[in-house]
Amino acid sequence: MSEVRYTKDHEWVRIEGATAVVGITDFAQGQLGDIVFVEVPAAGKDLTAGGEAAVVESVKAASEVYAPLSGKVVEGNAALPDAPETVNQDPHGKGWFFKMTLNNPAEVSGLMDQAAYDKFVADLS
Amino acid sequence: MTITTNSGNRGLQIEQPLIFEQNTKGDTAVDLPPIPQVRTRLGTMQRQGRIGLPGLSEPEVVRHYTRLSQKNYSIDTGFYPLGSCTMKHNPRLNEKMARLPGFAEIHPFQPVSTIQGAFELIDTCAAWLKELTGMVAVAMSPAAGAHGELCGLLCIRAAHEANGQGHRKVVLVPESAHGTNPATAALAGYTVEAVPATEDGHVDLEALKTKLSDQVAAVMITNPNTCGLFEKDAIAIAEAVHAAGAYFYMDGANYNAIVGRLKIADLGVDAMHINLHKTFSTPHGGGGPGAGPTVLSAKLAPFAPVPQVVKVGEGYDAVEHAGDPRSPQAFGRMKGYHGQFGVFVRAVSYMMALGADGLYQASGDAVLNANYIMARLSAELTPAFAGPCMHECVFDDRFLKGTGVSTLDFAKALIDEGFHPPTMYFPLVVHGALLIEPTETESKASLDQFIEAVLALAQKAKTGTAADEFRARPLLAPRRRLDETKAARKPVLRWKPIEGGAAPTVARQAAE
Repeated sequence: MSEVRYTKDHEWVRIEGATAVVGITDFAQGQLGDIVFVEVPAAGKDLTAGGEAAVVESVKAASEVYAPLSGKVVEGNAALPDAPETVNQDPHGKGWFFKMTLNNPAEVSGLMDQAAYDKFVADLS
Repeated sequence: MTITTNSGNRGLQIEQPLIFEQNTKGDTAVDLPPIPQVRTRLGTMQRQGRIGLPGLSEPEVVRHYTRLSQKNYSIDTGFYPLGSCTMKHNPRLNEKMARLPGFAEIHPFQPVSTIQGAFELIDTCAAWLKELTGMVAVAMSPAAGAHGELCGLLCIRAAHEANGQGHRKVVLVPESAHGTNPATAALAGYTVEAVPATEDGHVDLEALKTKLSDQVAAVMITNPNTCGLFEKDAIAIAEAVHAAGAYFYMDGANYNAIVGRLKIADLGVDAMHINLHKTFSTPHGGGGPGAGPTVLSAKLAPFAPVPQVVKVGEGYDAVEHAGDPRSPQAFGRMKGYHGQFGVFVRAVSYMMALGADGLYQASGDAVLNANYIMARLSAELTPAFAGPCMHECVFDDRFLKGTGVSTLDFAKALIDEGFHPPTMYFPLVVHGALLIEPTETESKASLDQFIEAVLALAQKAKTGTAADEFRARPLLAPRRRLDETKAARKPVLRWKPIEGGAAPTVARQAAE
């Protein structure tokens, strides 16, 4: 069974046992506007929770995507660089950024669950 | 009533195809004799095909470029309130001085004895910059603002290495910094760490202190900052930075707000670049080269790059090499020659025309104009920070909440009103930012005209029924809303010949 958690920087992470899938939230893509460039990490890259993992650029601004958890990249979404609009269209599905292994599953408890993230976003707007 | 024209032109607004689309094969401005048939000596360098220059007559070429120039919008056309860019008037006197043959027709390789006047001008510019800032030295050669930043950081790196502190690899940069600051630090080989801003738009001094360590080489702070605010803790920042053994770099892109008001040396600054092309008026933003002289404290002065103009008796000489005994610790050379000399001429012309009292008034008027805009627009817009501001004011998009109108739509509507839009979505720490810098150039009448237009648009947006209209703006400009997303995702960077020679279609689409 998978569970989805969120960061304050608007990444989502879906934990599937010892691995996780990471993307940016619908709120984040809405704030960025039309996304025109995405750079995903290569397999094998070491990630530190809170460290830079990927880049997303819209017509408004360029932003970093941070690793929600520590671990190693298993796969970057190779389809995104050629179709960055996927992040706008399906941020929680086909618009995923990368898959990673987890060094320390205990870090998950530091992230927000759905209810906490919904409240976090509601407080921002 | 909508009128479509057969030509695609709108009144005297002429639709202009690309020059390659106006190709009439064989047309030329000059009548050349036939090329004699000779044996080629180009070998493998022989051209493989035609290079495809378009054929046009001289009047066609003249009209083409004149029409393109008329589509440009510049400070000479109207109000250009681009925040952070200081689009101020370029006095024509500057241009006249820069075209004096004694300045315009000299060459860097001339004997030093024949260019003493040019060296005196560089020295005069340097003397004014040192007097205004209170700093002990200035490196004149950096070619623009970011180049000046790099000059400052390379001086800092050289100073650390000379003092056995070469292990310091971190540069601290506030969140609200100009984007060039972290880029410069990275280029100079440093790791960048961000310092958060406080709610009121200043550098968080306490957060900065916690990040200081014996690994920090420098702190880069823009002052006045990109929120249009003076960093009131600048002296405390300098003291903390120096106590940690690091240097204080101040980004001087916004120096025009404080010229003649304070000497930045009194803030404890170690290095600052000055955008001559902004603060001291010369064309920029596509209109000409910049210049980014970097003023230095006594601690950094020995490491300033070559070339340097030095006074020798009654005349001048140039220190050209890093090993020269007159500048034994110079970190090296950043630029081929002495910098953007034409910009120095314009800057000195501006300084001498205004004088010390005039420069003092210019910075005051720039700040007064920005505060006037901020005060009047606050009737309908939402300032991001409490005033007073410095030379630029920033609004967020709270005033557009629930209207369906975005900052982008609002800015595009200003084009219909005949104004260049302000900076949008920057600084990043302000949601949906509109950053407005009027400069001292604008009269009260031109400010009032702008303000009335913005207020009227804000009232219209707030009716809640104008979202569709705003999203279609601009409606009156030669071009409607451009598709920025498609331009970024699928850029067309080069004209390519149309297969089969199809007729150009650009003009007719544009006229719709």
